[in-house]
Amino acid sequence: MAGRRALSLAAMSRLSWRYLWRNYRRTSIMLLAIGVGVWAMIFMTALMRGMVDQMIADGIDALPGLVQVHHPAFRDDPSIENSIPPPGPQLLAALGSPPVEAWTGRVKVPAMISSERNTRGVTLLGVDPAGEIALGFDPASVVEGRFLEGPRDPGLVVGRKLLERLETDLGKRVVIMSQDPDNNVADRGFRIVGVFEAKLSGHEERQAYAGLATVQELLGMGDQISEIAVTGGDYRDVTALHARVREPAGPQLEVLPWTELDRYLGLMLGVMDGFVLVWVIVIFLALSFGLANTLMMAVFERVREIGLMQALGMNPSAILYQVLLESLMLLILGLLLGNLLAIASIQPIRNGIDLSVVAEGFEMMGVSSVLYPALKMQDLVLANVVVIILGILTSLLPAWRASQYRPVEAIARN
Amino acid sequence: MPNILCNDLCKTYRQGDAVIKALDHVTLEIEPGDFICLSGPSGSGKTTLLNMIGGLDELDRGEISIDGQRVDQLSKGPLADLRLHHIGFVFQAYNLIPVLSARENVEFVMQVQGVPARERRRKSMAILKEVGLDGLEDRRPAQLSGGQQQRVAVARAIVSQPKLVLADEPTANLDSVSATHLMELFRELNQNHGVTFLISTHDERVMRYARRLIRMQDGKVISDEIQKSV
Repeated sequence: MAGRRALSLAAMSRLSWRYLWRNYRRTSIMLLAIGVGVWAMIFMTALMRGMVDQMIADGIDALPGLVQVHHPAFRDDPSIENSIPPPGPQLLAALGSPPVEAWTGRVKVPAMISSERNTRGVTLLGVDPAGEIALGFDPASVVEGRFLEGPRDPGLVVGRKLLERLETDLGKRVVIMSQDPDNNVADRGFRIVGVFEAKLSGHEERQAYAGLATVQELLGMGDQISEIAVTGGDYRDVTALHARVREPAGPQLEVLPWTELDRYLGLMLGVMDGFVLVWVIVIFLALSFGLANTLMMAVFERVREIGLMQALGMNPSAILYQVLLESLMLLILGLLLGNLLAIASIQPIRNGIDLSVVAEGFEMMGVSSVLYPALKMQDLVLANVVVIILGILTSLLPAWRASQYRPVEAIARN
Repeated sequence: MPNILCNDLCKTYRQGDAVIKALDHVTLEIEPGDFICLSGPSGSGKTTLLNMIGGLDELDRGEISIDGQRVDQLSKGPLADLRLHHIGFVFQAYNLIPVLSARENVEFVMQVQGVPARERRRKSMAILKEVGLDGLEDRRPAQLSGGQQQRVAVARAIVSQPKLVLADEPTANLDSVSATHLMELFRELNQNHGVTFLISTHDERVMRYARRLIRMQDGKVISDEIQKSV
């Protein structure tokens, strides 16, 4: 007896394609359902990804840097006692070579700021403006006046909200009070030379920038600094950057990546990938009922033809493959539609969606009021792979049932 | 050595509480190249016997062998292979694949057999011409009349020249001219190519073509005779 044979892939594909469009209305509805489902997967993922990316980017800008060097006690007690010396020759060499792209030394101390009318607690930042800009401070965010012009700049740059709380204005004088290394009050008058707006309102309200040397002089801390902020490479993988800085910094200093400096932000990065997968699977589960039902109907309405094919010598396994191929075609068409819809709907809003109407709520989560959808290849691939794999799994039951009919019973069906 | 041996075939069906004996201890030998008609009233077991020999249904008891191979012991896959390579079916109700054209329906079995496309096309066009469907090869079944569909089904059954053709009331939906033409075609295949035919029918005109006429009633063979005036 001759060996077992099956239809060629081309012949099976032609058969599947024709069966797929035999009931074009049902197929069109299912295609639309898959397309919209895939669109929802990709579009919502892009929005969420954009939101989290923005949250992380803003968070890193606010830190600033991907890696920071501190006194080991500084994070628990950010006072002047826990300052560190400026980088030595070894650390300087490391900071001057890849993957380090930029770094800056900063003073960061708690302080009180007083205007004629109000007093507020702030974080006083003594910065080198060039280094600060290299680390992510946007000079364009200074909406009134100017940013600092150098480490010895005597002026002060404050956030818009802080300015409002102090009920003062650009060009007016304020007094900054903090503590020197001998626990004495150190104070000084500053003229407000610039007002900045931040993506996160908390920064506008709690941070004040002054020249690094000016603050060091105010606090009598010589050339000591509170932290060294370092940036370079992709924020998703800071292992190399962290290693590059940690070794020359020595054991007496604490060198931490941003994921540990802000654990909430770091957690978001890890959670997001898992969340995308769960989201994609949840949407698919809703879709799978429709897909299974469509295939079941497609199989039930041609039981007789399936029996006929078996009677003519088509193997049960070939019938199973034929139904699966039909499902695969439906899935691929649905994916094409969904991907095109997603790309077409994300492209026009890639420059950001203004969510200022609900920005207050967003800022509580650390998200800015403009949302930039992030369409990532990995998310596209994930959505497509999940739909194909789970789609085929969902189709196995109807396909298996089709292959298990007894020819004589199947042919007798009306 | 007989081509087909049916020994003590029994098959019952349940219809509600009633048990119907479709085959009741049927024993039969069919020689290679035979041309047999099964006749008898509806429910006499003709179609069941064809289905059993073609491996489309399972016996309750008995054994069937074709060329020494036990058909009743084969699993689904090998049974499908047996049908594919050795048996052609003509069903009473045309049974074409509606999404394929007449030519594609005829080519279907050859496609599964792996016959090259050019040869498939040549054979299918020739056989369609033979059954009078020249020019209609690209039509779907829904665009053909009942008689034309039956001729496509016949063409499909014989195009790859199986050893055995099982035909269940093949002329039931044909006019007398088409029925005669079909039977002439069967006879030509039988006489020139040695194809064995087992045909169930009520049609006296068809019976006249049979070399051997088997009459059935209530699942039993009640007569089995060689006809002299073929």
